[in-house]
Amino acid sequence: MSHARIVQVERDILGENDRLAADNRAFLASQRILALNLVSGPGSGKTTLLVRTIDDLKDRFPIAVIEGDQQTAFDAERIRAAGVPSVQINTGKGCHLDAHMVGHAMERLRPQPQSLLFIENVGNLVCPAAFDLGEAGKVVMLSVTEGEDKPLKYPDMFHASTLMLLTKIDLLPHVPFDVDRCLEYARRVNPGITMLQVSALSGEGLPAWYDWIEQNRLNAGAATAAVSAAQGS
Amino acid sequence: MHEMSLCEGIIRILEKEARSQGFARVKAVRLKVGAFSCASPEAMEFCFRAITRGTLADGAILEVERTPGKAWCMNCGETVTLAERYDSCPQCGTYELQVTGGDELRVTELEVD
Ligand SMILES: Nc1nc2c(ncn2[C@@H]2O[C@H](COP(=O)(O)OP(=O)(O)O)[C@@H](O)[C@H]2O)c(=O)[nH]1
Ligand SMILES: [Mg+2]
Ligand SMILES: [Zn+2]
Repeated sequence: MSHARIVQVERDILGENDRLAADNRAFLASQRILALNLVSGPGSGKTTLLVRTIDDLKDRFPIAVIEGDQQTAFDAERIRAAGVPSVQINTGKGCHLDAHMVGHAMERLRPQPQSLLFIENVGNLVCPAAFDLGEAGKVVMLSVTEGEDKPLKYPDMFHASTLMLLTKIDLLPHVPFDVDRCLEYARRVNPGITMLQVSALSGEGLPAWYDWIEQNRLNAGAATAAVSAAQGS
Repeated sequence: MHEMSLCEGIIRILEKEARSQGFARVKAVRLKVGAFSCASPEAMEFCFRAITRGTLADGAILEVERTPGKAWCMNCGETVTLAERYDSCPQCGTYELQVTGGDELRVTELEVD
């Protein structure tokens, strides 16, 4: 005897992740922490830029880093060597971080109020686009050796990001890369995206990146810390 | 392949619904997958078959309804349909577009015993 019937459901497949991301976001807001989710293909320079950024900014306000990779704790070690706390998440076969992993990583990391929290996602220009972690914004990084067509080849990621960092611009004299075309492609998939050009090696463009961070820290409510830290130094 | 995580999400939804709506087996799952969502229907079907083995949805059919990508064209002042996120407006050819629909990724209906 069969009791087959139809059940209406209407549930978001990402609903559970989104709910946990909302919890993370509420916690971050209550602590006035600015969280940035760094996404890119492998090797575009995320960890190198983080180490340089930490060197340059860690005296202004507290910084902490959640590192995501499929395997190894190499990157968390690089970050700790730069002098700030870091927790490594290994996703194993997983190709992206999710809000659940980040929630637990924050419990272990205990980022300070009004700090800057970087989340370095697994190197992958596809999967991390779908998973909200509770961050204030995604920062997509593309190095000049990867080709200017990537925003069109991986539109979901560029669409999901607030800021695009064009990295390794010290290599521009050595590789054919059309910066204007890259920006035009990025704007096609995301008219509101901001683009900054940086080199973690030469330091070129970093002040604008730091200004962008400061501005967004103010938006996150970290004004008092920023002002008093600046006056103290 | 994040479709594996998405299918795990579907199983969690099924288990929750099985408890609240009182059923034991799922025979079919219907999804709406927007043209701009981060999921490929083919990959979803592949992962779904692999991941449902031994669960309440073992052998269930996955039916994916593709919903179109929609955008507001600021130049035309109306809603247009796009195949890809980076397409230009099919009417005026500009990229003055704000995506308004096609991101959905939803379980809509189940056939259960
Ligand atoms: N020329 C140049 N190389 C860089 C720069 N930033 C990173 N790299 C190199 O790119 C490679 C990958 O960097 P890494 O930070 O590990 O990338 P991640 O995988 O995105 O974290 C390393 O060999 C770095 O030395 C840069 O600004 N200029
Ligand atoms: Mg890295
Ligand atoms: Zn138009």
